[in-house]
Amino acid sequence: MSAMKRCLVLGVLVLLAGFVFYPIWFAVTGAFSSRWELEKNLSPLFSSGQEMAAWPLLPEAPTLRSLVEVLLDSPGFFPMFWNSVAISAGILLGQLLVDIPAAWALARLPIPGKKVILTAYIVLMLMPFQVMMFPQYLMLDDLHLLDTLWAVILPAVFSTFPVFMLHRFFQAIPQEIIEAARLDGAGEGRIFLWIGLPLGAPGVLSVAILTFLDSWNLIEQPMTYLKTKSLWPLSLFLPEITLPDMGMGFAAALLMLIPALLLFWNCQEYLERGIALSGGKE
Amino acid sequence: MKNRKRSHLGIRWSVAVFLLPHMAGVLCFALLPMVRVLVRSFQSAVGGSWVGLKNYLMVWNNTAFRLAVSNTARFILVCVPILVVMSLILTVAVQSIPVVGKHIRSIFLMPMAIPAASVVLVWKALFHDSGLLNHVLLDMGADAIPWMDSGAAFWMLVISYLWKNLGYTMVLWAAGLSAIPKSCYEAAQVDGATSRQIFFRITLPNLKGTAYILVVLSVLNSFKVFREAWLVAGDYPDQSMYLLQHLYNNWFRELDFDKIAAAGVMCSLVIFLLIGMLRRAWDREDNL
Repeated sequence: MSAMKRCLVLGVLVLLAGFVFYPIWFAVTGAFSSRWELEKNLSPLFSSGQEMAAWPLLPEAPTLRSLVEVLLDSPGFFPMFWNSVAISAGILLGQLLVDIPAAWALARLPIPGKKVILTAYIVLMLMPFQVMMFPQYLMLDDLHLLDTLWAVILPAVFSTFPVFMLHRFFQAIPQEIIEAARLDGAGEGRIFLWIGLPLGAPGVLSVAILTFLDSWNLIEQPMTYLKTKSLWPLSLFLPEITLPDMGMGFAAALLMLIPALLLFWNCQEYLERGIALSGGKE
Repeated sequence: MKNRKRSHLGIRWSVAVFLLPHMAGVLCFALLPMVRVLVRSFQSAVGGSWVGLKNYLMVWNNTAFRLAVSNTARFILVCVPILVVMSLILTVAVQSIPVVGKHIRSIFLMPMAIPAASVVLVWKALFHDSGLLNHVLLDMGADAIPWMDSGAAFWMLVISYLWKNLGYTMVLWAAGLSAIPKSCYEAAQVDGATSRQIFFRITLPNLKGTAYILVVLSVLNSFKVFREAWLVAGDYPDQSMYLLQHLYNNWFRELDFDKIAAAGVMCSLVIFLLIGMLRRAWDREDNL
């Protein structure tokens, strides 16, 4: 490729990447903008005048005011934040306990009807929430779990996506290592704990990241299964924010964004590996 | 001999301990409830008497259902081709640029990690009637577009879907590209093929399997776009972006359980079909 062509390609890519990055930048700078600046820039959104909204690339007078306000002066924020944390942590822990062993068994132990089980798991994994919503609702109602955080956590713990993914990671462990351990007299539990887990750790991390990003972002499930507002996670409250609270809205949004972004920056490699595997490659 | 028998028993026990808890949960929270809804779809909402296919006919003739289905179908038909082609071009372009290309790819992947709710204020500010996009349009001398309450709402949805899924799809394409043996390229270069010839004669044919899987996964992912639609426009959006999930939520609120059951069964049939196609692609790739 000639140098000029390469420059052109680079230019187009940078431009597109700029478009992709802009909404994120917008969200971040919003959290550091002062109240009067937000009102000055965004008030046209709430009045029916001729004026248009504007947004500077950098806030004129960056401030931590909104963030401090959300963290210290708004009693509503922390319960919601903790609901989000409780849901994500509950799902992650549950999957750690139940899904990893199940995936190991499907990948490494002789199981009658394994193909049928795997097929059923794949089908369930690909079912969108629209299809699962009503069946799950009826079941949760029978179990008296509706309107508790368990209603969001339990169906996610028993989702089949993590098991299927982990099973693919575990399958990649060379059989000879396991055979050797078996010859040395190690039991199945020991093989799983001492060989499967350490060698499958990168896969577990990949799946855990995908699970966290998904559970941190849940909207449909809490919306359908939780009636009591005090149980709502952050994701359901942010859309309700209005102009006078815009600063707080941006600040709360940033606090929700931070864990996801930190994870992304530090574990992008694992995230990409997880995605690649979800497409059935490797 | 004795030892062998013990370890065999050990395997059986461990299968039970490892696998059964999860399978019990799947039965309880997914399979049994689905069977129950299948049965319910043939019963009346109140009283539960058998009504045969009446619920299905009712749903089929429902105008809101038809609107939601046709919007969802239209969305898939518009988005998936754009997404698949655009992400392939971007993947190849990004790979042709050393060092910087990697960073650019990271930026494209970033939206995947962004919780939909934390950019909802941004979407609102961008797509409002007097929002930033219209500001730019006016500055360029074009007319403002009423994004939220016209057919343009549909395009807002397309944009947010592409924004969210481009990076994800690029990673899948990259995985497919890296699976093509280097020797193919080397042989072609020795034969003096141009880069264009290489792309169309070697790269594209080798990506057929990946493309197939990508299309099916993108279709399944497109059902998730309801999130963005609901966050920006609430329960009753412009009718151009009224999706199946909106309809479900409305029926749910009105306790039209018979309709939900029948519509759910119809949806799952379509999804079964898609999954069957995906399985065939996977089998052909000799995976699983």
